[in-house]
Amino acid sequence: MKRHLNTLYVTTQGAYLFKDGETLAVKVEETVRLRLPIHTVAGVVCFGQVSVSPFLLGHCAENNVAVSFLTVNGKFLAKVQGPASGNVLLRRQQYRMADDTATCAATARFFLTGKLANARTVLLRALRDHGEKIDASAVRRVVDRLSQHLTGLEARSDLDALRGLEGDAAHAYYGVFDQLIVSCHEAFRFAGRNRRPPLDPVNCLLSFLYTLLAHDVRSALETTGLDPAVGFLHRDRPGRPGLALDMMEEFRPFFADRLALTLINLGRVRPKGFITAETGAVLMDEATRKEVLIAYQERKQDVVEHPFLREKMPLGLLFHMQATLFARYVRGDLDGYPPLLWK
Amino acid sequence: MFSEEALLPISALQHLLFCRRQCALIHIERAWAENVFTVQGGILHERAHEQGYESHDGIRVARAVSLRSLQLGLTGVADVVEFHPASDGLETAFPVEYKRGRPKAEACDTVQLCAQALCLEEMLGRPVPAGALFYGRTRRRLGVAFDAALRETTQAACQDLHAFIRAGLTPEAMYDSRCASCSMEGACLPRACGGKRSVRTYLRQALETP
Repeated sequence: MKRHLNTLYVTTQGAYLFKDGETLAVKVEETVRLRLPIHTVAGVVCFGQVSVSPFLLGHCAENNVAVSFLTVNGKFLAKVQGPASGNVLLRRQQYRMADDTATCAATARFFLTGKLANARTVLLRALRDHGEKIDASAVRRVVDRLSQHLTGLEARSDLDALRGLEGDAAHAYYGVFDQLIVSCHEAFRFAGRNRRPPLDPVNCLLSFLYTLLAHDVRSALETTGLDPAVGFLHRDRPGRPGLALDMMEEFRPFFADRLALTLINLGRVRPKGFITAETGAVLMDEATRKEVLIAYQERKQDVVEHPFLREKMPLGLLFHMQATLFARYVRGDLDGYPPLLWK
Repeated sequence: MFSEEALLPISALQHLLFCRRQCALIHIERAWAENVFTVQGGILHERAHEQGYESHDGIRVARAVSLRSLQLGLTGVADVVEFHPASDGLETAFPVEYKRGRPKAEACDTVQLCAQALCLEEMLGRPVPAGALFYGRTRRRLGVAFDAALRETTQAACQDLHAFIRAGLTPEAMYDSRCASCSMEGACLPRACGGKRSVRTYLRQALETP
């Protein structure tokens, strides 16, 4: 069984990472602040002005440790990885499936089923936990709408119709998302999704969590040998990781959205941790970003039972499991792709 | 005769004989996972490999010897090849393969060793009549004679291997006692992919009971 290893996130500006024997060392202003044995690390994510020695990069490539570079705000820039893993036959089959309209739609439907079902569960949880504090009837209406759409997915076999259902479901879901924020509600208002740039703290938080999620899903797909760029629900667009975005859909509601809500509702992020630029774009300050990263890492340690495999595993391993299950579906071992349905 | 391009690793023979799906996952799907057994095996091999050449009782011992056979289409590295003095004044090669566990009922270890012997015969142009398997668990050597039957089994396994890899199809999974010691279980998912679990049923059941 693959082990769930930690990802090292380096946010300290000016940090220098280098290889020291079999360990990865982090130096800040001439002081070594951290040393980690390389075999305990699954990936390294560098935010902003962080540099990595070529020897460490090589060592990471040899040990299957992916190193990614992001801007301070989490926009993906580049990634260093060893020789392409996996199997050309798997990738060719993936391309054939994506080229076939009917297979493409059937595959997209698996991802959408995961997305809609998990979005519904997020709303049901909110009703259960905060039923008296929120506009329960509005939330319940959206739950019903999502249920209808889940049934509707079955009947639709063309991609445009499926995307239409998705669009409507997303609109309805984000329409009541504001209801799920029960603390500091004045500062954490959510009036719809915006992202380029995020214009309020909630969108800023969601965007950042989606970036972390995309990074993990993409790595898992690459490790499995799938091509993260060739999607089913998301059409090919150069530079866009279509399959990673497809697989993210099922993770968004319970992994990112729930985490954002928890951070806000438990007061782990505060309104003053967000900065509004002159243009209206909202950014996180460094302490908040760190807090979010810690919470994300903690969340990955939580153990759940995989609903399809019926085995217990840390949440962080789910990305790899889902990627493996997708690869097994592509290779014809399974009669479909089982999205992770969260209860 | 195979071209150098077409050579397959000798270790794949053993994977094929142990489990055809394991062989496909490693050599077709290119999935590889370490587990405690493969790491222990690696350490054992490292030790066998690092000591270089030595000589005792008139026997020359070579470690980490590169092998290939264009006849069988194989390439690989033997842990240890001993060179025993022969009656004609030359030397007779005697391959020794290190294994982590204990002797197995299946022929996979002897076939792997015999494949090494056939490579040595082709490369040295001299007969290689015998070799040995050294098992880490029992710390005993088990002598293996490369008789006609074993040679035939090995040659058949090589043909089978080449046809299998060329076809590029991964066989269906089957969950059984071998899975417990297999490092590929996480990539194979034998309990989910063995035809036992249906995604359609899973989705239907999960969506009926929100």
